[in-house]
Amino acid sequence: MIPTSFDYKKASSVEEALGMLGDDAQILGGGHSLIPALKLRLNAPGTLVDISKIDSLKVIRDNENSITIGAGVTHAEIAASDVLAQHCPMMGQAANAIGDIQVRNRGTIGGSIAHADPAADWPAVLLATDANVIIQGKNGKRTVDIDQFFKGFFETALEEGEIITTISIPKTAFNRNSTYVKFKQPASRFALVGCAAAVEMDGGSVKSARIGLTGVSEYAYRATGVENALAGKALNADTIASAVSGVTDSVDVMSDHYASEKYRSHLAHVFVKRALMNLSYSK
Amino acid sequence: MANNISITVNGKTHTGEVEARTLLVDYLREHLSLTGTHIGCDTSSCGACTVHVDGKAVKSCTMLAVQADGCEVTTVEGLSTNGSLHPIQEGFREEHGLQCGFCTPGMMMTATDLLKRNPNPTEHEIREALEGNFCRCTGYHNIVKSIQHAANKMNEATA
Ligand SMILES: Cc1cc2nc3c(=O)[nH]c(=O)nc-3n(C[C@H](O)[C@H](O)[C@H](O)COP(=O)(O)OP(=O)(O)OC[C@H]3O[C@@H](n4cnc5c(N)ncnc54)[C@H](O)[C@@H]3O)c2cc1C
Ligand code: FES
Ligand code: FES
Repeated sequence: MIPTSFDYKKASSVEEALGMLGDDAQILGGGHSLIPALKLRLNAPGTLVDISKIDSLKVIRDNENSITIGAGVTHAEIAASDVLAQHCPMMGQAANAIGDIQVRNRGTIGGSIAHADPAADWPAVLLATDANVIIQGKNGKRTVDIDQFFKGFFETALEEGEIITTISIPKTAFNRNSTYVKFKQPASRFALVGCAAAVEMDGGSVKSARIGLTGVSEYAYRATGVENALAGKALNADTIASAVSGVTDSVDVMSDHYASEKYRSHLAHVFVKRALMNLSYSK
Repeated sequence: MANNISITVNGKTHTGEVEARTLLVDYLREHLSLTGTHIGCDTSSCGACTVHVDGKAVKSCTMLAVQADGCEVTTVEGLSTNGSLHPIQEGFREEHGLQCGFCTPGMMMTATDLLKRNPNPTEHEIREALEGNFCRCTGYHNIVKSIQHAANKMNEATA
């Protein structure tokens, strides 16, 4: 399968890429969502602006209070990062659960959240981390709280002509105690349901919890009902079982030929429970 | 639009014009006549088109040739040296790692990427690494054995 014709421009800096992004142009990251769509001719931009060779977008930086990940960092590079393994174990676990090694060698975290597939892994994980997304446009930079980033089915806070440059993960107690579990759609390996959970404990009880879910509804969301139900409680099989009952209360659960609404909803309960149980053992 | 690219494939540099929409796999097969890299699904799933770009296994049906400009590409044709088989090729021969052979080039390219990162993989790690490579014939069992054979061979050679 061959895409329709387009012009190709390779950018060597974010500023240069912004200048290349005119009408009918689209950003090319790792290409592992975009190229399949071009081949199927679901998408036919006039110009592709390749940002995958911009060095400044390819670094993971260890700062005092945060870890910043360039939008062009690949899933495989995140899986191999020691600093992320130490400060936010769910990042590496999620990275390793994406597709296969070939996909992980090309696909990028920035491309994944810009695409915002309802079954992608990063949206759930970044919601749980309390990340900030740094976006650059012709008029400068802005920072979007991850809670405000995902807006709908393949829809985000990103505006026309803007580039995601960096994802910033705070170094927090909840991120150090975090996990990602996923039920894979067996053919595509995308998430039928994926749950990221991060919990800070204080003595024997939950001080704060952040839980992100993907695959369940039209876009990734936080299960705030479950987070609130856990606060102040011990983390054990009983408290977890009662807290997860509301996991799909705030959303419309999707139904498709892979999984009915009832089955997906059941999986959401099981996977939130599983993630939280993992953290209850690891203390 | 035509783009000028320069790609080093199996140690030899090729410079020329390609259309931007040319996929890397088509560039290798049609422009360079390196037909060892196969097209199975053409939808990023089967791994038959796997090659190494700058040492990493990628699906060449899901990458544009222009994106490989300035890169080092290795295909299955580049595995053997001076006429002697690479240990992974010997492994597939010794352990009957193929039947029709369609998936084999991709399997070997993914396997060599794995062995570079992890010279002593467990059986489980080998099976996990082959997640993105499909075989319709062998049931994978002998493919796993072939990779174990290659790992042993390569470790003996460096011991
Ligand atoms: C076989 C296969 C299996 C997969 N399995 C999974 C899976 O299990 N889980 C999962 O989460 N994903 C999976 N994916 C998707 C994969 O993770 C993609 O890499 C990812 O969704 C997109 O990232 P990319 O860098 O390839 O982006 P591209 O495909 O290059 O771009 C995707 C979109 O984002 C835009 N974009 C890219 N980068 C930026 C940026 N920095 N700023 C603004 N816009 C940008 C592009 O214009 C385009 O619209 C799979 C893909 C394949 C082919
Ligand atoms: S032909 Fe590329 S993955 Fe199947
Ligand atoms: S040997 Fe026939 S597909 Fe693998």
